[in-house]
Amino acid sequence: MTELEYWTQQIKKGRINRREFLGRAAALGVTTALATTMLADAGVAATPKKGGSAKFGLAHGATTDTLDPASYPDTATQVPFWGGMSNSLTEVDADGNITPDVVESMEPTDDAKSWIFKIRKGVTFHNGKDLTADDVIASYRHHMGADSKSAAKSLLAAVSDIKADGKGTVVFSLSGANADFPYICSDYHIPIMPAKPDGTADWQSGVRTGPFVFGAWEPGVRASLKRNPNYHKEGKPYFDEVEFLSIADVAARTNALNAGEVDWIGRADLKTLNLLKKNPKVEITEVTGYGHYVFPMQVTIAPFDNVDVRTALKWAINREDIAKKVFLGHATPGNDNPIAPTVKFATNPEPVYKYDPEKAKFHLKKAGMSNLKVDLSVADAAFTGAVDAATLYKEHAKAAGIDLNIVREPDDGYWDNVWLKKAWCGGYWSGRPTCDWMLTTVYAKGAAWNETQWANPRFNDLLVTARGETDDKKRKGMYAEMQQLIHDDGGVIVLVFNNYVEAASKKLAHNKIAPNWECDGLKIAERWWFA
Amino acid sequence: MNPLIRTILQRLGFGLITLFVVSVVLSLLVGVLPGDFATRTLGQAATPDTVAAFRREIGLDRPPVERYLHWLGDMVRGDFGSSYSGAGSLSGNRRAVADLIAPRLVNTLFLAGLAALIAVPLALTLGLLAALYRNGVYDRLVNLVTLTSISAPEFFVGYVLALFLANDVYFQIFPAISTVEPGASIFDRAYACALPALTLVLVIVAHMMRMTRASVINLLASPYIEMARLKGSEPRRVIVHHALPNAWAPISNVIALNLAYLIVGVVVVEKVFAYPGIGQLMVDAVRNQDVPVIQGCAMIFAGVYVLLNLSADIIAIATNPRLLHPR
Repeated sequence: MTELEYWTQQIKKGRINRREFLGRAAALGVTTALATTMLADAGVAATPKKGGSAKFGLAHGATTDTLDPASYPDTATQVPFWGGMSNSLTEVDADGNITPDVVESMEPTDDAKSWIFKIRKGVTFHNGKDLTADDVIASYRHHMGADSKSAAKSLLAAVSDIKADGKGTVVFSLSGANADFPYICSDYHIPIMPAKPDGTADWQSGVRTGPFVFGAWEPGVRASLKRNPNYHKEGKPYFDEVEFLSIADVAARTNALNAGEVDWIGRADLKTLNLLKKNPKVEITEVTGYGHYVFPMQVTIAPFDNVDVRTALKWAINREDIAKKVFLGHATPGNDNPIAPTVKFATNPEPVYKYDPEKAKFHLKKAGMSNLKVDLSVADAAFTGAVDAATLYKEHAKAAGIDLNIVREPDDGYWDNVWLKKAWCGGYWSGRPTCDWMLTTVYAKGAAWNETQWANPRFNDLLVTARGETDDKKRKGMYAEMQQLIHDDGGVIVLVFNNYVEAASKKLAHNKIAPNWECDGLKIAERWWFA
Repeated sequence: MNPLIRTILQRLGFGLITLFVVSVVLSLLVGVLPGDFATRTLGQAATPDTVAAFRREIGLDRPPVERYLHWLGDMVRGDFGSSYSGAGSLSGNRRAVADLIAPRLVNTLFLAGLAALIAVPLALTLGLLAALYRNGVYDRLVNLVTLTSISAPEFFVGYVLALFLANDVYFQIFPAISTVEPGASIFDRAYACALPALTLVLVIVAHMMRMTRASVINLLASPYIEMARLKGSEPRRVIVHHALPNAWAPISNVIALNLAYLIVGVVVVEKVFAYPGIGQLMVDAVRNQDVPVIQGCAMIFAGVYVLLNLSADIIAIATNPRLLHPR
């Protein structure tokens, strides 16, 4: 394969975008005209075309779904109602950078303890009303306060006050400095909704600012949206209509794509992916996301209070084997660092944990033990494949003289009764787009979700300092040290980062696919078009 | 009093008691399940104060007995109550269970009706012919085919049908997923439901066909049939005019059972074809522990069983002069 062919393959797979491809091609001495032709041949349209009605088959959907962004549990609500109908203040682009969305600018003041957002001029709601600061405040207040049952409640716990400064400016005051605050504002729980006269947010009407206007919705069955002709992003969206069908059964989803009844499906079936690949009309897309599967140990409970026991367990697992056998190769082995490789400031700490029973034995000996017997509580409610992964781990650990007793827990009530309760169990994190967000949520001392009960003083000092630091170079060093600390001393075993494997009809076209969430950062309706 | 009317009234009375018992048992069972709607919905995001706020809002903080009695009071007045879902922290407007169930029930009844419309006449004809030509090649063949289709799990039958009838590699005749547009015409609906209906036909035909065959053959050994044969009636006439009227009771029982199955037990087929029926609604509700919806669905399911069994008994009485005119 020549280098040019390689890059053509890469752009087909969505790993690089159009501009990157043209750059690479130019570096190889190819004229832009020829490169553009090659792009067209590769199925990458020069300019997105408008029109058409696209149907998406989503893997989720329940009759209990609601328009209320306080609980958007899965893609059946996130993709149509957030990505399709709404905007947050900011958005994460395909390269993981934060960009303004319905705001023009976002400036920190007072050492990032306060953030000033200037609202983009000319942004209107679907009913024609102009977006003002009051709407932003109502949308945020919706998740805050003692009576909130929002999943974003803890996310916004650090916001001490929100004030309007005229119609076009919103000022957020934080209880501590946070240089990454704009990232939090990109969360799918916090779309901007119109304020009602009483100052509360109107989530019921479905009137938002996004690329599509609410059409019809049957919870757990389908949602259909129509193009917003007054969308604030020039030229977008491309589709005239989008329809989202809930097809929970993976075989039914695959059938629907093969039969051409939908143009795209989420969560493709890994077991039959090779068969689907043979269909010449279908394109498989795969990106490594932020989501990862973990086995967290509570470091306050024996024997996990001994760092050498933890290290022994980290060496005793064969992550490549698990990635290959349980996730059929559609996962990236972890290195006990919860920060995904595509996140800004991510590192890969040394030594990289590979399966090594001898090293495991060595650390076990250092902990004063010749063998070890521990319980590992798992259920597939933690993540699909948790029981299989634990069973493989048991076999791996045997060689190091470690006897894992796999305790199968019931799926029902797993997050209530097992996770955060048992000393060692299975868990899942959908990941966060910044180091600070991920580390504060799960690894900070006293955090509600600190599943390892880890409280490393140096780590916690660095976490606070780095959050308020606006110099990227200094932050980079601090985050590298924190990731190293988790890797060396932390109680978490990061098995793999999961890949988002999706399948699309070749009638559709797209740019580089965002890794922050599935379905192209949940914004597939806005970002894709008919070739 | 006419025995028919007496039976109907008696059965309806028992039916109400059955419904009551079902609702009590169901409340107890749901109470045993770990977690509740608040923790289910919030999942990993369930911090204690968020859960508490959620419970307060949907009334889960009240004792279970009080909740049950409240529900029962509404139910007696014909009000199915409100689902826990869609409970907004601002407006508190929740979806009425009746509004959730009604369109799903219509979908389910349509699919069940379509399947029954094909399956019942087909099964009766096949069964009578099998009795007529019993132990012949035809009998063996029909038995083999129907028993094979009932032995395969229904999702497998569904996938096989989808593979051959909804795929451009073989024949693309029917849609692979049954999306029913709101306001679609009855023919569009029937076309969309073709594959799930065919699947259900294959699953239920064997049972009814074999029951028809067995009860007719059973009667063929009776003296009065021998009499009919001796007086020179054709075999076809003997079966249709002499044997069948006495076989209605067992046959109608089996048909009632299968119709009940078509309404309450087709969740797997609904999943395979992404068909929005009441089975999926109930499964969603159980997964999220949306108790009012679970109760509502259960009441409908139990009601369906009661009514269909009642109709089977009515047919049994109406077709049997000895029961209809007791001395």
